[in-house]
Amino acid sequence: MTTQILSILKKYPDSSRDALIPILQEVQEAEGYLSRESIARIGEHLKLPTSKIYGVATFYNQFRFQPLGKYHIQVCRGTACHVKGSAKVLDALKRELKIDAGETTRDGLFSLEVVSCIGACGLAPVISINGEFFAGVEADKVKKILKKFRKKGASNGK
Amino acid sequence: MITIEVNGRKVRANPKETILTVLKREGIKVPTLCHLPDLFPTGACRLCVVEIEGIRGLVPSCAYPVSEGMKIKTHSPRALRARKTIIELLLSNHPDDCLYCVRNGDCELQSLAEELGIRERRYTGAKNEYKIDTSSPAIIRDPAKCILCGKCVRVCEEIQGVAAIDFIGRGSRAQVGPAFNEGMNISSCVNCGQCIVVCPTGALRERSSIKEVMDAIADPEKFVVVQHAPSVSVTLGEAFGIKAGKDVMGIMAAAMRRVGFDRVFDTSFAADLTIMEEASEFVQRLKNNGKLPLLTSCSPGWIKFVETFYPEFIDNLSSCKSPQQMMGAVIKSYFAEKEGIDPAKIFSVSVMPCTAKKFEAERPELIHHGIADVDAVLTTRELARIIRMRGLDLKNMTPEGNDSPFGERSSAGKLFGVTGGVMEAAVRTAHYLVTGKEMEDYVVEDLRGLEGIKITKIKIGDLELGLAVASGLGNVRNLLDEIRAGRDDIHFIEVMTCPGGCIAGGGQPLAADQKAIKSRMKSLYEIDRDASIKTSHSNPYIQRLYSEYLGQPLSEKCHHLLHTKYQKRDVLK
Ligand code: SF4
Ligand code: SF4
Ligand code: FES
Repeated sequence: MTTQILSILKKYPDSSRDALIPILQEVQEAEGYLSRESIARIGEHLKLPTSKIYGVATFYNQFRFQPLGKYHIQVCRGTACHVKGSAKVLDALKRELKIDAGETTRDGLFSLEVVSCIGACGLAPVISINGEFFAGVEADKVKKILKKFRKKGASNGK
Repeated sequence: MITIEVNGRKVRANPKETILTVLKREGIKVPTLCHLPDLFPTGACRLCVVEIEGIRGLVPSCAYPVSEGMKIKTHSPRALRARKTIIELLLSNHPDDCLYCVRNGDCELQSLAEELGIRERRYTGAKNEYKIDTSSPAIIRDPAKCILCGKCVRVCEEIQGVAAIDFIGRGSRAQVGPAFNEGMNISSCVNCGQCIVVCPTGALRERSSIKEVMDAIADPEKFVVVQHAPSVSVTLGEAFGIKAGKDVMGIMAAAMRRVGFDRVFDTSFAADLTIMEEASEFVQRLKNNGKLPLLTSCSPGWIKFVETFYPEFIDNLSSCKSPQQMMGAVIKSYFAEKEGIDPAKIFSVSVMPCTAKKFEAERPELIHHGIADVDAVLTTRELARIIRMRGLDLKNMTPEGNDSPFGERSSAGKLFGVTGGVMEAAVRTAHYLVTGKEMEDYVVEDLRGLEGIKITKIKIGDLELGLAVASGLGNVRNLLDEIRAGRDDIHFIEVMTCPGGCIAGGGQPLAADQKAIKSRMKSLYEIDRDASIKTSHSNPYIQRLYSEYLGQPLSEKCHHLLHTKYQKRDVLK
């Protein structure tokens, strides 16, 4: 994975600070998240302290600092979903998984992300798990959905 | 010079000065929360706003330059209202535990609320659940009390060149902390405490050792000794309303005995011991083509800085322990033997101007078979709290002296409290070691004063030596980079972590301005001027310690007790 980062950094040879956001985006694209190691590398390359990079990265919602879970859950917070109570769905997910948006469960099974609009407004409130859409999700359905994936995860030998 | 009008009165000013600078000079206090005197203004808090005729919005005086004919109103109803609202909003999600806060009575937010007459809660903001970071041996981080003024972030990066902390997240959930919001203990933080000194609230504070110390004093099995660092006697008074810089050595020693310490020792004596070892080490390196420049090792923030950011200079660091640790080591050996006390029963406390000393005392290299050189470190601020807690009226104490066998110090040892002082003390003894003669004039003017970097050349016998003194870690970076690039005309470098040295350390009484720090410095220079023993090697108690116990400087016994090693640190930088 280090070689991946190195080749990304090579594309920004003059190591100017303006390159920070695009580099962060590319690294996350390549690795799924921003690891300690990649942030340290980027810091060396741009001569920026890691505290600064982490600060900039946490300013934007798009960056995550833990690897994606086996099942990546995206909660739509677009207008339609919002009106239909997606906040409650998100709360239920957080409570069930004991993580915040942007985080991954300890067993590595689930990760949670809030996205603006997945363009499935007709299904509101909607969540997607590894690309599979779940329509009209209500807070009390969350448990059941998660259970299904937990089972699946276990039977897959994870 | 230009003329402006402040609150209807004509005032002379220099063009390009900020409004705030002029107001300060004119004795008009406009409150600030994010302003740092020597750094570029960020205009973040907007507390310093004033009204200017002809300009619609209020203007932050810390960032706005004066111009000819400008008419300023500093305390108009509009400006006051704006300030009041800002503080009310900051209070809206602030924890209401002032009574239990270490900064109670000493908090900028609290006193602004009082000054602006805030008597009710008009806004209630949502409070975030934050964890208090207690991972560091020196610095406690309590994000709930943070008002996001950003001063700690700027001091850490721009003055100290460390950048261990920054803003994390944004909006109402923003906080200040190290990368990945990890514990301070595993960050690049060097424990200098300069962030505490600028923090207006209790969001950053030292880890307190008051309880441990008071417990030890209450324990009849323990023999509790205390040592006080060179700078403490010229700063402690400020915590009791005594003029900045006043040397309170005698009444401090008296107060320490009333608190219950069994012996009171002066760390300046151990500074003399450090000089004996370090000057000898320097002369040895000069003679044997050893690694140069020699870097001083008495400032633990600096040591961690080298270990973290410049590990290739580890072999340049003097192997001498700091005075705190040397004192601790001879207390539990020489002193213990002399008095027939079991070293395991001794509880050794030090009072330091410094938060990094707390970290130093816990370094595993400095603990042998479970016996630490120093058991607990208090900052000057903590000592002041203990004195108050014990109801002692410092001003009405009768001065007392320090205890033997470490009673006398030279004034060279006392100079350790100010930037350049270690170098001056070392040069005095190195001169004697090389030439066998004393210097004609002990004072090396070029090494004095509060500048962040001082470089000079001196002659010792036929040797021409380059000396450099740096304080404030940001200032040392350039110098180390130059040396890395091949600069070779400097033989000895003194570094103190805090800008100005220990007199401005991270554990000193708060709210000291540059004037107070200068008074502290002057006081140490006066002590040196008036002293009868001005060099470490002529201190008779030092001579006795060597003849009775240690042998020669750099002897095997000295190596065992007084020298140490350093390690490269792999942390996120
Ligand atoms: S103690 Fe010093 S190094 Fe650590 S965060 Fe504060 S200013 Fe930075
Ligand atoms: S911790 Fe203190 S100095 Fe730092 S931003 Fe918060 S209030 Fe300001
Ligand atoms: S002090 Fe001027 S904006 Fe904060």
